[in-house]
Amino acid sequence: MAQGINNEVAIIGMGCTTFGELWDRSASDLMVDAFQEALEDAGIEKKDIDAAWFGTCFDEVNVGKSALSLTKTLKLPFIPATRVENFCASGTESFRGACYAVASGACDIALAMGVEKLKDTGYGGLPDFGNLLGSQNRAIFANLTAPGGFAMLATAYFDKYGLSPEEGKRALAHISSKSHHNGTLSPKAHLRSEVSIEKIMNAPIIAWPLGLFDCCGVSDGAACAIVCRASRASEFRKDPVYVKGLQIAVTSGEEMAHQKWDGTHVIPTYRAGCAAFKEAGITNPREEISMMEVHDCFSITELSTYEDLQISPRGKAVEDIEAGFFDLDGTIPCQTDGGLKCFGHPIGASGIRMIYEEYKQLQGKAGERQVASPRIGLTHNLGGFPCMSVVSVAVFGNTL
Amino acid sequence: MAGITSYGAYIPWYRMKRSIIFEQMGWFNAGNAAVARGEKAVANYDEDSVTMAVAAALDCLGENPRDHIDGLYLASTSFPFAQRQNAVIASQGLDLPPAVRTADFGGSTKAGTSALLAALDGADNRRLMVCAGENRLAKPGSSQEYTYGDGAAAFLTGEENVLAEFKGSYSVSADFIDFRRTPEERFSHGWEERWIRDEGYSRIIPQAVAGLLNRYDLKISDFAKVVLACPAAGAMKGLMRAIGAVPEQVQDTMMDTIGDTGAALPLMVLAAALEEAKAGDRILVVSYGSGSDALWFEVTPAIEGFRTGGRKGIAGHLARRNDLSVYGKYLVFRNLIPLEVGIRGEEITPTAMSSLWRDGNAISALVGSRCRACGTPQFPQERVCVNPDCGATDNMEEYPFSDKAGTLASYTGDNLAFSWDPPQIYGLVDFEEGGRILLDLTDCSLDAVRVKMPVTMSFRRKYADPRRGYYGYFWKAVPAA
Repeated sequence: MAQGINNEVAIIGMGCTTFGELWDRSASDLMVDAFQEALEDAGIEKKDIDAAWFGTCFDEVNVGKSALSLTKTLKLPFIPATRVENFCASGTESFRGACYAVASGACDIALAMGVEKLKDTGYGGLPDFGNLLGSQNRAIFANLTAPGGFAMLATAYFDKYGLSPEEGKRALAHISSKSHHNGTLSPKAHLRSEVSIEKIMNAPIIAWPLGLFDCCGVSDGAACAIVCRASRASEFRKDPVYVKGLQIAVTSGEEMAHQKWDGTHVIPTYRAGCAAFKEAGITNPREEISMMEVHDCFSITELSTYEDLQISPRGKAVEDIEAGFFDLDGTIPCQTDGGLKCFGHPIGASGIRMIYEEYKQLQGKAGERQVASPRIGLTHNLGGFPCMSVVSVAVFGNTL
Repeated sequence: MAGITSYGAYIPWYRMKRSIIFEQMGWFNAGNAAVARGEKAVANYDEDSVTMAVAAALDCLGENPRDHIDGLYLASTSFPFAQRQNAVIASQGLDLPPAVRTADFGGSTKAGTSALLAALDGADNRRLMVCAGENRLAKPGSSQEYTYGDGAAAFLTGEENVLAEFKGSYSVSADFIDFRRTPEERFSHGWEERWIRDEGYSRIIPQAVAGLLNRYDLKISDFAKVVLACPAAGAMKGLMRAIGAVPEQVQDTMMDTIGDTGAALPLMVLAAALEEAKAGDRILVVSYGSGSDALWFEVTPAIEGFRTGGRKGIAGHLARRNDLSVYGKYLVFRNLIPLEVGIRGEEITPTAMSSLWRDGNAISALVGSRCRACGTPQFPQERVCVNPDCGATDNMEEYPFSDKAGTLASYTGDNLAFSWDPPQIYGLVDFEEGGRILLDLTDCSLDAVRVKMPVTMSFRRKYADPRRGYYGYFWKAVPAA
């Protein structure tokens, strides 16, 4: 019986750049910035790192293939380095590689770096998907984009739970407005303005029923984490953050080709959540989790994630949203740093950026947006589309 | 006796009032007021002569089994491909078996009747699908911009269950250069319309008619219906006088509702005639272009039972319509003006012909598979069953989806995706008999789309790669009529 890695791994240092449309900075610049912060935070030197994992997604508009751009940029001294790519879970996937390496005893200290430089395409939104799904993509796959793929989640959800477009969009607007408020308290965020529910509801439609403010931004950024075995963490710092659960679930393909799925939620989120909670020993997520950074690429994603992570009962997320349950002063603050909504979504960096927020919150270093006495934080990434996704769920704590 | 055993037609969803063209371009040539009447059928941005021919052929096919068909002939003067047989794109779209004879008939607006004659003459008990589709480009400001319309017709020919017996024909050929175009050119060059009217329609069509009447010792009054593929309304009266026909005999050429569909015109008008014909009717069909073909058909009693088959035909398609009221949209659909497609729109991944060939009828004919173990239909074809409660490996049989009805499980209208007609609408289609496919929608507007809306499948151009000379064809969902 697999034991998982609950309490086996500790984060001892992290770094995260400012996210944004960083026209004057390259992916390499961003990696150096994030890495410097993490080294200083951990109080170690580059030579102490035994192995590195590197998460990035759109290598073709970004850093190129392999882990070369990581090792060459940081001048890592001929250590094992691996590039991973798993859609929007790429950052968390690199973190998983580093955690498993130290948990197994293969390494003492490992680095996970995530970076994405998206703003060199010349247009808004993510890079064109082209052959994203292999050579058949253009031939058979609907002409979809990320907003459209997720908009279908909203269409089906509204239909199933009898929400009028007005009612549904108002609940979604609360989600975005809340995140924008949190973003104003988050110095490294890309978008740092309050946005009213009325403005959100009246914004231009990107993919019906999602409007501009239902969609996260596209930006550049990097984040990294340095991990070691939990038993050694106290050698490096007094406030390490421990990995409680770290799971990935990837679709079997049934959502898109079999009628069993109703299109109103994301099966891999539910499955990865269950596995991570089991690994972390969490039996009642609504009671035990202090705060979350979920994959709010779109407001509807955040809504469905509340239910898939068993925080809100099925069909009841709207009630929780409107009661302020996920607001910064609510029961489980969600997107305390503003989330993808305010940071934008440099794919490979996002997962580690979320971990960075949980790390800072659990250390009590989150400044104006600090959650009172948090114990357990959660991060969630959803790559692909609701009908075909890669999901990571990670759970962190500040005590063993 | 060989003859027509089934017929079908297709008219695109969009219709444009010709007054809209005149409002935009009448300033340039006020003389076009004479042709600025009625409306014309306009192919959607994802349609061409081949896709419309497939739609007509599906309408014609009805319940006829595909493996009973021996060949497919396709006629057009607006084929999308100069090399890569257009007929075989259609036959693969229809999922006809590999052992079929396919041929393109082009070059002239009489190509439609040439294809029909090729199928009927010496039919030798072969069952052939004859289609004609047309989607011709006309220069803005020309009279053809008003008169040209888009559409298709299809006929099954054979010797059993004949609806209209083929009794005889007469052809004339003439290098009468009314319109001409080289392969390098997008638009035709025409000669003076008065000359075409007087020396073309008014002399060449009567030659073919007279030839046929003489050959079989018939009188024009022997025919209940006369199909004259003469798109010039002004020439019609003189033409009727020249052949001795009375207006009651002459089938409406639908110029005011569809327009001049070129090689498809005589076949579409014949389809309309058959929709109203009764047993014993003699029908004369006369095409025009580089000469003329005259064909004599006689309707059999089988026509009565046939009409209950639920085909849309001309009448059904005429009723399914949507106004195209923006002239600029028409120009964009026909790629007549440069459009700022943006960098996203410019990015077209090359198509791997080897991969396309390997996937066979999965892409061309929307053929998925059905698991023999659990019965689940699925697309695309995979070796491992997608049913989470099954998962059997290598236990699949082919399963066609193109003729299946479905409903939308969800949908969106996407303004970020590049589309020639934004928003790009797509959705998850759940098929009534099982299976689910994420498909683009076409021939619909977003405000009419609903969850659970019934849809059917339509063969369309999915993407164009003009730099590499390629159109990718696939299937889209359209609202069920």
